[in-house]
Amino acid sequence: MTLRSDLALVAHLVTPGSRVLDLGCGTGTLLGHLAAEKGCSGTGVEIDGDAVLVAIRSGVSVIELDMDHQLSEFADHSYDVVVLSRTLQTLHRPHVVLEEMIRIAPRVILSMPNFGYWRNRVRLARGRMPMSKEMPYDWYDTPNLHHATLLDLEDLFRTAGLVVLERIPLSVDGQPLRLTRGLATWAAGSAVYVLGGA
Amino acid sequence: MTSSDGVGIVETRTATLFDPAHPLELTRGATLAPVEVAYETYGTLSPARDNAVFICHALTGDAHAAGYHAGADRPGWWDNLIGPGRPLDTNRLYVVCANLLGGCQGTTGPSSIDPVTGRAYGLDFPLLDMGDFVTVHRALLAHLGIEKLLAAFGGSLGGMQVLEWALTHPEDLRHAVVIAASSRLSAQNIAFNAVAREAITRDPGFSGGQYVAEGTLPDRGLSIARMMAHITYLSEEAMADKFGRAPQQAESSPGFGADFAVESYLRHQGEAFLERFDALSYLYLTRVMDYYDPFSRDHATDAAAAAGVRFLLASFTSDWRFSSLHSRRIVRHLEHARIPVTYRDLETAGGHDSFLLEIEPYHETIRAYLDRALEELR
Repeated sequence: MTLRSDLALVAHLVTPGSRVLDLGCGTGTLLGHLAAEKGCSGTGVEIDGDAVLVAIRSGVSVIELDMDHQLSEFADHSYDVVVLSRTLQTLHRPHVVLEEMIRIAPRVILSMPNFGYWRNRVRLARGRMPMSKEMPYDWYDTPNLHHATLLDLEDLFRTAGLVVLERIPLSVDGQPLRLTRGLATWAAGSAVYVLGGA
Repeated sequence: MTSSDGVGIVETRTATLFDPAHPLELTRGATLAPVEVAYETYGTLSPARDNAVFICHALTGDAHAAGYHAGADRPGWWDNLIGPGRPLDTNRLYVVCANLLGGCQGTTGPSSIDPVTGRAYGLDFPLLDMGDFVTVHRALLAHLGIEKLLAAFGGSLGGMQVLEWALTHPEDLRHAVVIAASSRLSAQNIAFNAVAREAITRDPGFSGGQYVAEGTLPDRGLSIARMMAHITYLSEEAMADKFGRAPQQAESSPGFGADFAVESYLRHQGEAFLERFDALSYLYLTRVMDYYDPFSRDHATDAAAAAGVRFLLASFTSDWRFSSLHSRRIVRHLEHARIPVTYRDLETAGGHDSFLLEIEPYHETIRAYLDRALEELR
């Protein structure tokens, strides 16, 4: 099974044998891969009914709940790692969700599109809201409720009590880029973070 | 859907389990022997005996879950779910459904004849617990030569039996499927059960529980109990859709008769219930539900966590009898014990009775889960 490139990177960052909570697990591909290839166990959370059906059919344990309001169902330190892939910007209360994640596990792996990517800036400078491969939505019809640059995002991590352990900027094609934080906020289409508690 | 689509003509069989030398030992210490158990089976047990699914029925269900009894015009109560090509696919699964202990549809219950006295047990029948249902289900499986189930499967009180089974004898099950159930009745749930019981016991025909011997029947009380319970099985939306404020006759005739269609429907439900249900069973079975609280026990989830049994839970958004909160509570206890659990909160309008309805996302969930469970066997 080939994983989407950002999921492959996330999978690479998960320690073998971990207990993983995958928030917004979709059809469960990451958890299925981690179970088969790295001896991990865990749970997915998803609200899209069709995706949940596929996850169930593939043997992934998935719990249908609202991430904005129901993460309190999970106990403190009950997982080794919580994964949130390209979902934070769609949640009503990202800061609360970040606090919940670091309560549930000592380690968080999170990916997020970069609104500050230079092409977005150019589009905005020309007077249009950004649309890109990362964010292919019209402004009036988008699941993305929040738009943040990587700098904004890292400010939020700090506020929510999370420490950046690893920052992996990705090109718009999902390839890891070796860039400093200052350059990444211009050049990265998205980024994957490994976060720990303060 | 015609009968030819389903499992076809079926018969209820009876097994006699336990005997005075080896009686059924109940949780509270009393014993019973013998115990008759009415059951049905659909599909074929595989040579490896690994494809059996046990259906636990709800409060007023029976062993006749699927297919048609000879001459009947209505199929079993879960026929939309069980049959060739249906979510519980009898081409691949061997499905067993038994009337539960304390019931009145062929399995020993409080209106059965006590072999010691030669008359109906009445209120001398011992109080039952959820675990006692499981003990009898297990005895039936032993009788059928099945050591391990692919899944135990049930809705409402049936789901509560499955939960109890999976917590106390998880080695019997690979999967536990618990639909629209509860691990602890709320005060409101107990209150509804209490009023139902009061309606029965205050009916003069109840005769202190010896109505069989006295030749009376608490029909009025039992039908009122059923009418009230039936309201709790439907959502307000479902009742509005089905009846609205429609009059029963072409024109409303104001007064205190069954002027609205919903009144007439409830009366019919109450009357029809008398044909198939026993007042003492109603008392005994609702009481089991009231007292059930498995997660209050020490180490309640240890055995299930160690055995590796996996759970599927589902609730329905319109269910206010056992709301989604009841299922979420079970999920929380299991998940905290690191037991693999899948949970869906399905959007339906049908209320508690949704678990009996053919609702596509619901049935597709069951199908996906069992298809996977079967695949993992091979």
